[in-house]
Amino acid sequence: MTEIVYTPPEGEPVQVNLKNQYFAALLAWLLPGAGHLYQGRYAKGLLFMVCILSTFVIGLGLSGGRCVYATDSAGKLNYYYIGQVAAGLPALPAVAQAIKTSGGEDPFFELCERFPSNFENPAMAFEEINRSRQGESEQDIPRSQTLKDGLMAPPAGPVFEGEKDTLAMWHQKYKHMFEIAVLYTFVAGLLNVLAIYDAFCGPAIVTKLQQEEMEMRKKKKKRSL
Amino acid sequence: MSFLAAVVMISMIARIWYALPLIAVVSLCYGATRHENLRQIAIHSVRTCIWVLGFMAAIFLVVMLSGYMI
Repeated sequence: MTEIVYTPPEGEPVQVNLKNQYFAALLAWLLPGAGHLYQGRYAKGLLFMVCILSTFVIGLGLSGGRCVYATDSAGKLNYYYIGQVAAGLPALPAVAQAIKTSGGEDPFFELCERFPSNFENPAMAFEEINRSRQGESEQDIPRSQTLKDGLMAPPAGPVFEGEKDTLAMWHQKYKHMFEIAVLYTFVAGLLNVLAIYDAFCGPAIVTKLQQEEMEMRKKKKKRSL
Repeated sequence: MSFLAAVVMISMIARIWYALPLIAVVSLCYGATRHENLRQIAIHSVRTCIWVLGFMAAIFLVVMLSGYMI
């Protein structure tokens, strides 16, 4: 049990009960705002939860559930995911998807199918398959040969630098929205780092004593100039 | 040509609107790490929001003026 009392320069002293700090920080990471709810700081908990989760979900929605993925199909880490995973549980399905697809299996929550990279018509490679179209050759492609997009799954198929691949197709489909989606989900993760810190240490309130010290330092600087 | 430039510029401005919810959310979360009281959080986040928007406007002006000078 950690109880902290802050006296801000303006207003009443604030008493914050952090309970078990480590458990609160873990909860705050798993679900944004949950650490604060556990500590009984309901208003702040809800504020963090609404702000961070809505930013993450809107970002994910802007890219059709594709912008959060842990690794590419070659197993290389997606660096944006380091920030995104700070949002906790909402970003963790990407790890499950990366593990599932690393063995060549199809992802969970399939979003669409694509023509394989070595398709007889190279212009069609990585393009989306629409099986409901009548009289087209794509009706005949067996599912075992197609590439599958999945919710938070790595871009399927081989990675080609500077050429068409699944990631390039995502950028082509969503255009600048894909970048904005990555930004939203990344910022949501970084904001949750602030929330975790707040759940662990309490608010970074400037107390009367700290403000006096800051003013003293300012005066000293002015004198030295 | 100037019509095309205007269309491109309008489409670029439309993208900037996506920054507004992000600025609002960042301001609220930042304010929440500095206070416990909701009223103080709101005041702090409004200040942060204005500061960020002002900073962005200043950068915009600098870039625009530098474009005229070249």
